[in-house]
Amino acid sequence: MPLKHVVYCEVCSYPPEYCEFTGKVKRCKVWLRDADRQLYAKLYDEADLEGATAKLAESSIGGEREEKLEKDLLKLQAKQESKEQRELAKKLSSKVVIKREARTKRKCMIAISGLEVFEIDMKKLAKTFASKFATGCSVSKNAEKKDEIIVQGDVMDEVEAYIHALLEEKGLKEVKVEKIDNQKKKKKPTTTTPGAQN
Amino acid sequence: MFKKFSREDVHSRSNVKSSVQRTLKSKLIAQYPQLEEVIDELVPKKSHFELIKCEDKIQLYTVDREVCFFQNFDELIPTLKFVHKFPQAFPTVQVDRGAIKFVLSGANIMCPGLTSPGANLPDAPGLPEGSLVIVNAENKENALAVGRLLMSTEDIKSINKGHGVELLHYLGDCLWNFSIE
Repeated sequence: MPLKHVVYCEVCSYPPEYCEFTGKVKRCKVWLRDADRQLYAKLYDEADLEGATAKLAESSIGGEREEKLEKDLLKLQAKQESKEQRELAKKLSSKVVIKREARTKRKCMIAISGLEVFEIDMKKLAKTFASKFATGCSVSKNAEKKDEIIVQGDVMDEVEAYIHALLEEKGLKEVKVEKIDNQKKKKKPTTTTPGAQN
Repeated sequence: MFKKFSREDVHSRSNVKSSVQRTLKSKLIAQYPQLEEVIDELVPKKSHFELIKCEDKIQLYTVDREVCFFQNFDELIPTLKFVHKFPQAFPTVQVDRGAIKFVLSGANIMCPGLTSPGANLPDAPGLPEGSLVIVNAENKENALAVGRLLMSTEDIKSINKGHGVELLHYLGDCLWNFSIE
């Protein structure tokens, strides 16, 4: 006997027939229409053509309960949508902070914070940075008890470019990435001030 | 069981010896005899077989990075991804359409949801209390949960009150969304 191959919805990860219970059904429908026409026709078109009344009649749990279920599902959908909107707004309003902190002499390190909102796996990213830049890189808690990625070495611009690319991939191009440069600027003032006095 | 579960609950990860793999396979077949003809396809001989030990003595077994079954005490419980591939092999109960919503949020299944016109229970003599069942739904092809009977199917039919199936694993719980990487 052959194995059955089940398609899973890429939006909600369920088998497509259960999409209607997740509250994301609109997006699931769009995905399924592109991914699998046949299944889409089977699941949604039939229901649309026959109309709601036929569906009520054939439903075995009684019209009243079916109606209630339908209503609940709509409510769930609305809830899910508003939640998603809120999350998106939150994502757009938050920003990533890349900070350069000076260490001894000409050494410095880069601290990246504010990534947790975007569902980025910090540990994984730290690992990629470590191998990409061939430096030490770790995840640690900062002063506000939030996770941040610490990269050893002066790789600010590269990190910025990488994070921009990462956010763009997630469709969040408008997210701000703020750079803070805390490098010691001792040399310049000492050389310029005597010059100004003279 | 998997309402709250994350990578932090994982204690250790290790490869499984091929001899242990063999005993596991034979145990699976002993539990579900129909699996015998497809077991080599489900769990290929050269696959990457891993054991993940977790909090509360839960053990997950993965085949090629996909969790295939788990174990709490003695019994091996298949995950839904595993069930979807070969649903015929497992004893099945069916719930009506009204119950799907609650099952997907992890509730135990009440008897009326198993006895109403849209639902379906195996015919007499049925299944004894404590046996593992796959929960299917009205008009749906694929299973949506895995559970354990809290009373025998005959009792469910006659008493028709209270909890019928204890839910162990359902679509959308943390195990469903769990990935090892």
